[in-house]
Amino acid sequence: MLGYALKRLTSLAVSLLVASLVIFLVVEVAPGDPASYMLGMNAQPDTVAALRTELGLDLPKWQRYLAWLGGMLTGDFGTSYTYRTPVAEMVAERITVSLPLALYALGLSTLIALPAGIYAAARRGKAGDAGVIGATQLGIAIPNFWFAMLLVLLFALKLRWFSAGGFPGWEQPLLALKSLTLPAVALALPQAAILARVMRSSLIDILSEDFIRTARAKGLSRRQALWRHGLRNALIPVLTILGLQFSFLLAGAIIIEQVFFLPGLGRLIFQSITQRDLIVVESVVMLLVFAVIAVNFLTDMAYAIADPRLRHAR
Amino acid sequence: MKPTLILGALLTLTFTLAALLSFLWTPGDVEAVNIAARLQPPSVAHWLGTDHLGRDMLSMVMTGARTSLAVALVAVGLGMGLGVPLGLAAAARQGGWLDELVMRANDLIFAFPSLVIAILITAIFGPGALNAILAIGIFNIPVFARLTRGAALSFWRREFILAARVAGKGAPRISLEHILPNLANLLIVQGTIQFSLGILAEAGLSYVGLGAQPPVPSWGRMLADAQTMVSLAPHVAIVPGLAILLTVLGLNLLGDGLRDALDPRLRPSRA
Repeated sequence: MLGYALKRLTSLAVSLLVASLVIFLVVEVAPGDPASYMLGMNAQPDTVAALRTELGLDLPKWQRYLAWLGGMLTGDFGTSYTYRTPVAEMVAERITVSLPLALYALGLSTLIALPAGIYAAARRGKAGDAGVIGATQLGIAIPNFWFAMLLVLLFALKLRWFSAGGFPGWEQPLLALKSLTLPAVALALPQAAILARVMRSSLIDILSEDFIRTARAKGLSRRQALWRHGLRNALIPVLTILGLQFSFLLAGAIIIEQVFFLPGLGRLIFQSITQRDLIVVESVVMLLVFAVIAVNFLTDMAYAIADPRLRHAR
Repeated sequence: MKPTLILGALLTLTFTLAALLSFLWTPGDVEAVNIAARLQPPSVAHWLGTDHLGRDMLSMVMTGARTSLAVALVAVGLGMGLGVPLGLAAAARQGGWLDELVMRANDLIFAFPSLVIAILITAIFGPGALNAILAIGIFNIPVFARLTRGAALSFWRREFILAARVAGKGAPRISLEHILPNLANLLIVQGTIQFSLGILAEAGLSYVGLGAQPPVPSWGRMLADAQTMVSLAPHVAIVPGLAILLTVLGLNLLGDGLRDALDPRLRPSRA
């Protein structure tokens, strides 16, 4: 187990290193010099040069890459060119919106998808199954930001149950949670559709296995066999998708935040891009990639603990 | 044929024809602004109503279809054009350095939240249809490379490939003449699915202003324009969204139907 964990940890470190290099290079080749952007069109060349020195932009590329990487490792994400505040502080503030939103959506999608998938699998080929499949087809095809607009139209503008956007802050927890509800539903729906399909097909596969037949032969009803033996085994592929969905939710949150004017990481990225605040862009993207790679690593580890066969598979 | 396959094919055909027709004719001029006629609900004169600048929504949807379909199609082409040869080459020398490189690069691309990188690329290299294609296309490369490699590997162990090797054919020729034709079905099905994902991605990018730029109409930007007007005239938000939904739904149904029709062995793995 330890050997397996070490091997996966090494590959995690390599992935992160390569990812950081790619992000740095992409941002580096971007046209536009942050210093001249900050000072405006009429800035004197020597003022621009002085600012470049102050920001460390005149150093060779490899030195800046190493400085940035070293900083990230110690939790120092650099200083925003525009606001002159530490990027870490800006991220910490925004993540209190984006992370709860992604988790809220993940929870909702699981709550909708698992019962729907189990229901469909238990009624395979019947009307209920066809209904769930039809609903998932729609859920997968619907653009989540459009669904978000429809939710606003119905629940905020017509029924006035929720506000159409904005975030009151966590000082009022219930109000904050309420303002994240429509965004979370919009994010959750397409993911729930995918998850319900995976749950359904996984459970159907498991229900045709020999050990289910054995359980039935021993006198368990179809329902008992499903709940006691089928479900646990069928959850393994569902967990994989759940791990993968985290990255979709984080990315999806970026666009959904635009619809609801939520001050999350997504809006921070867009603001920083328009202001050419590249250090913020680099750091936030790197953080998102780190979150995805780390979640995938943890999912892998959870499997290896649950299923010893997987430790020797690779 | 299953009814869902027919429905999928019909939806896809409708939007493709609408896009093609828009090159020759649209009911209204998509660049003519007529403020006096703005935000009109659907009527006989304007079947799908008018937008905030008084432009005919049906014409906008038709021309928007052109952008969506073109961006997604070229992005899929890019992914297939690079991914399939890489996958074939990796499978031909399984365990070789190229195989290892392709697989590791795949793992890496999969680790990136695709939308975040798409946003990064379009934001840094400037918004526009071409960069949107690039951003979406990059993520199609590993999808096709992985699929091709996996399927090709199983063929390399088959007798007819062995026969071709005995006959003196080299790996590139075998890959092209014997393996690629056998992958066609699989690639068509995956192509349809990536096509529909591409349309969703393009809509998302143009919604946040990083896709095709004005005056080129696009469904995503129509939705962005509609956002502040949704309470005054709901149809401006509903129409472009429905267009995206129906196109993606059509392609998904088509892909699922084709998979079942072309390769019955794949049926149990649908998810």
